[in-house]
This record gives sequence, C-alpha cells and structure tokens, in this order.
Amino acid sequence: MSIEAKSIHRETFVINLGPQHPATHGVLRIKLTMDGEYIDDAEPIIGYGHRMHEKMGENRTYAKFLPNTARMDYVAALFNSFGYVGAVERLAGITVPERAEYIRVITAELNRVASHLLWAGAFLIDLGGFTPLLYTFDDREQILDLLESVTGARLTFCYYRFGGVCNDIDDEFVAGTRQFITRLRSRMPMYHALITKNIIFRKRCEGIGPITADVCRRYGGTGPVLRGAGVAYDVRKAEPYSAYPQFDFNVPVYPESDCMARYLVRMDEIVESLRIIEQALDKLPAGPVMAEKVPRFLKPPKGECYFNVESARGSFGVRAISDGTDKAYRMKLRSPCFSNLSLFQECSRGMLLADALALLGSLDLVIPDIDR
Amino acid sequence: MMTLLHNDFVLEIIRLVLYAVGLIAFAAFNAAYLSLLERKIPSWFQLRYGPKEVGWWGLLQPVADGIKLLTKQLLVQRGADVVLFKLAPAMVIIPAIMCLATIPFSETLVPRNINLGLLVIFSFSAIHVIGTMLGGWASYNKYASIAAARVVAQNIAYEIPLLLILVSLVMITHSFNLHTIVDQQAGGFWHWNVLRLSASPLMPVAFIIYFICMLAESNRAPFDMVEAESELIAGAFTEYSGMGFGLFFIAEYANIVVGCALGTILFLGGWHCPFGLLPGLHWFLIKMYFLCFTVIWVRWSFPRTQFYGLLNLSWKVLIPIALANLMITAIMLKLF
Repeated sequence: MSIEAKSIHRETFVINLGPQHPATHGVLRIKLTMDGEYIDDAEPIIGYGHRMHEKMGENRTYAKFLPNTARMDYVAALFNSFGYVGAVERLAGITVPERAEYIRVITAELNRVASHLLWAGAFLIDLGGFTPLLYTFDDREQILDLLESVTGARLTFCYYRFGGVCNDIDDEFVAGTRQFITRLRSRMPMYHALITKNIIFRKRCEGIGPITADVCRRYGGTGPVLRGAGVAYDVRKAEPYSAYPQFDFNVPVYPESDCMARYLVRMDEIVESLRIIEQALDKLPAGPVMAEKVPRFLKPPKGECYFNVESARGSFGVRAISDGTDKAYRMKLRSPCFSNLSLFQECSRGMLLADALALLGSLDLVIPDIDR
Repeated sequence: MMTLLHNDFVLEIIRLVLYAVGLIAFAAFNAAYLSLLERKIPSWFQLRYGPKEVGWWGLLQPVADGIKLLTKQLLVQRGADVVLFKLAPAMVIIPAIMCLATIPFSETLVPRNINLGLLVIFSFSAIHVIGTMLGGWASYNKYASIAAARVVAQNIAYEIPLLLILVSLVMITHSFNLHTIVDQQAGGFWHWNVLRLSASPLMPVAFIIYFICMLAESNRAPFDMVEAESELIAGAFTEYSGMGFGLFFIAEYANIVVGCALGTILFLGGWHCPFGLLPGLHWFLIKMYFLCFTVIWVRWSFPRTQFYGLLNLSWKVLIPIALANLMITAIMLKLF
C-alpha cells in the first residue's frame, strides 16, 4: 500500500439490510458495507426461505410435484406451473389441445399483468409513495377474482395439468376478462399521470441504477431487466412455445438501462399482455381442454429436456431428466430472480443507499423464487 | 383569598398556568386527531375505510393509541447513552410547545404577545433538530446514526431559505410582532401578505417556498429523510418504544401545527376573514387546518425525495429564489 493510500483515513461500517427490513419484501438479507451513505459492497445472503423444491422434484412423482411449482414465485405462480408442465409434456411426448394452449396463454398473461401491477405498487413503496399500491391492488384484485373463478385459488394456482388445464373457462370468465381489459386500459393513463409523470418519481428513477446489457449477459439477467437494458430478448419471441406464435405483440425495449427503463418496460408489457389476451379471447377455439390418454401415473421415457418460459420476472426454465421411473432423476429449476439478484452486488457498488434500494426494487425480486 | 386574587402577580401566574396547560392540551389534542386525519384522509384517496372500529368514525382510535403507547415499556438498547436517549424526546417536544406560546390565535387569544415573537418561534424551532439528532445518535443504532446525520444536513439546508423569506417579510411589515403582522393584513384577502405584490412580485412564490421549507423542517414527506421507512426502518426513532416514540410523534404534529399556524399568520391574514367579515378564531383555525390538510395531502401523493436531491433543491433552487426575493423586496422598498 502506498503512503498516500494509507494516510487517507477511510472508515466503513456494515449494516444489515434484512432479513426483516421494509425494503426487501421478504426474507432477503443484504450485508451492506457502507462508506457513509455510499455502498462499498453489497453481499446478498440468501437461503432463509429455502425449501428444497428441486430435491422435492426428485423425490415425488411428477404429478405430486405440480403444486410445489406455485410456491416458488407466488406472485406469478402460473408461469412456474407453465414451465414445469411444459417440460414434462415435452419429456413424455404429450400433445396439448389447442383450446388448452389458448387458456394457458390467457391465464398466464392475466397473471403477468397482476404481477406487474403489484410490482408497480411495491416499487413506489420502496420509493416512499404509498398511494399507488392501493390503486394497483384494486386492479389486481379483479384479476385474482377472474383467476379464482377458473382455478379455485387466488395466489398459489395449481391449474395446469400434464396435457391441458383442469377446468374449462366459461362465458362468464370471457365476459369478465373483456370487461377487465377495457377497465385497465382506461386506467393506464391514470397510472401514467400518477406515477410516470410525477417529478419526484422521475428524479428517483431516471439515470439511477444502470444495468447494462453486458452485466445482464454475464449474470444471466433476463426479463424486464434485460429489456430495460436495450436487448429485445423475450422467450415468447426467441423460443416460441405454447400458442404464442399465433399472436401479434411487441416486445417493449428501452435502451436507457436505468430504473425508469425497467419501469416503462413493465408498464408497456401490461398493455401488450392485454393485447395478447384480447386476441386469444377472439380466436379461442372450441374443443377439449385435456389431452386424451394421459396416463394417471406418468412414466416418461428416458431422456432429458429443457423448457423455458417468459415469466413476469424473466426466463424461467425447467431442466428435467427422466430415468424412466415415475420420479424425475433431476429437476433443475432456473429462477429469473436468482440471476437478477446476483447482479445487484456489482451494480450497486458506489451507489447511495436510497438509490440502491430503488435499484433493488426495480429488479422485481420475489424472495421464495430465489431460495426455492 | 380575595385579596390574593386581586394581586396582579398572582393573576399573572394563574393566567400563565392556564395557558401552559391549554397549550400542552392543544398540542396533544392536535397530535391525536391529526394522526386520525392522517389515516382518514388518505383512506379517501386510497379506496379504503381507515380506522372505523374504535368509536364512531374511529374517533376513539387516538385514545386507544395513546393508551397503548403509555402502557408500553421504554426499552433502552444496550450500549445506548441512557441520559441523552431519554432526554431527546423532551428536547423535541418542549420547543414545539414553546413555539405555540407566542402565536396569536385571534385578536384577544394570545398566550404571550411579545415584540420579538417571530424570532422566539425560530429560536425554539431550531432546537428540535438537536433533539432529533441526539435521539438518533444516542440510540447506538446504525440506521439511527445515518438518520441523525441526515437531519442536521437537511435542517441547515432548509433553515436558510426559510429565514431569507422571513427577512424579506419582516422588511415589508417592519415588525417581528406577530399580532402587528396580522393587523396589517386586515380587510379582505387582497390585503394578505401572500398577495402583497406591491411589496414584492414574488410574494406567492415566497409562500410556496415557506411551505416547502416548513415541510422539510418538520421532517414531513416528501422530505421525511429522518424516518425514510423503506431505507432506514424508522430512522432516528428506530430504537424508541412506548412514550419515547409517542413524544416524537406528538412533536412532529406540534411542529406541523406551529408551521401551519405561522404560515397562516405571516401569509394568509391570521384571524381575518377573506371578505372582511366577522374576523375571529374560527377563520384562523379554518386556514390553519386547511394548511394541515395540504401537508397530509402532499405526504400521500408524492414519493420520497432522494437525500441529495433534497439538498440540491434547497441550495440550487430555493436559496437563489429566496435571495432574489430578498433583493427585489429591498429594491421595491427603496423605490416606492
């Protein structure tokens, strides 16, 4: 160490952000080494909510593991089921009826809208604004009511089955969803007036918390984080699955790489999701919602596959390896939140505490999805 | 006994005691019911009910809260400076109540009408910063220490534009006496200081600056850096429980009341009616509580500012405008 460096007295201190802290939305703990109000190092410490879902996937039959998937990312639970049933169907070679694929798309996109709405409210709470949360909750409530009417659950949905979905949707659901689309579209200008145009919100988000495409590439950041960094990567477009190729929708991309870009990506995705739902409702084919001849005790042939879906937080992947028995040999779950959190340590270096919390909020983390 | 009552000195003592009790009661009552409004008003914005179980319309909710706070133990963290830790809430609440002592509520209702009333209020209101800082510092808690450092920077930054505005106001009114300042604004809203454009065309701006500074001085959202619950848990008050927290809480609302009352007196004509009719206490209270409502309204409409954005706002925007206002006022006074 040179003499100059020694003579500068620099004292850092460690504070714990979490496991119980108002800004971490769950049992996430971040060990912050602070230099005054500036962050020297932020080390995420995870595992407080670890439930060994991957191991459970290897110890349970395929059907018994299905409800587990909803307990990972519980804010957008349908995407986890989507990824899991997709992987198992690919492994077992089950073809899903067209109507079931459409219903999956409709419900999953509704779940995406619900998740983004919840995020927008929670993000504003991180920034200290309380009111928008209540408005977004009001809209999210409508989605939960709709999903409850078909899935029977409000949060941890277990709706998809190998080969289709367990309940068909009825006219009431279709009418209710159309009504909801009209309602949310008319409320989007209000959200932009309340949040996007708010001067304090803009000051807190514009230029704050840059996450470049390069960082995303190195850490595997996906979803709105990646699209907010200017990369038009969306699993629904890049590796089309289910009925997505049949719908016309855009992938919102903002090159600014800051919190505002990630916010705008999510707000635009709400609008795009509504477009997808509307098209799916218009084109909804008739027919069965379950594939025929799906065996009660599923024993996929030996083999492995990887199935990727675009969840509300990014790319959710399931790598399933079958050894020919009724239990998977390996069930690897790739969670988007885990990768998105891992880039926090590098990106938050040198930031102010308040800005780092805006960055943390903009990553849209669901802690049980990280811990699995 | 009767002779005692005729003694001026004894009468003065009785008067003072009554006013002291009255002011403490006024501060506590306002803290209690403004906190109820703080929950009721946003509940109207936010599609929810707010408190409604305890008493009709939740009217007994503050009483329940008070009982809860009074019966809780004041825990002192190991390693904390016990004396300062327990002294800090008193240092915050006493100046807030003292400030009320010079405020003229109406033509006749004024606890102490002194010529330097404005100066007294600003001397006392500067003390609560020290109290909050000591509370945060003595807590032996890192979050509280950060908040303690913030509160000093914030309050210094916002006291300067506030005082610059008041200097220009004193130049216009030629008086530090709050009673005199109100008397000059008699007869209709066009006489109020906020619209006294002949003295300085920036007067409405000055009022807005006063309001922003008042929010920052009383540590209210969007400038509640001291609490900043999503960053610093509860900031300087993190380690406080029971009535220790309760006193900080009452002081926060007492400071709001003082700030709004002063805004009413200095800019909005005090107890005078906007149309020159029936002046009195009711007009003062209407204006003051309207400002209190605005304070609550602002809190629930805006996110919190970033700490450095807050300082930038003061040093780069408010202080230059306040200085310009001061100079324009001085030039106008010299010319006309």
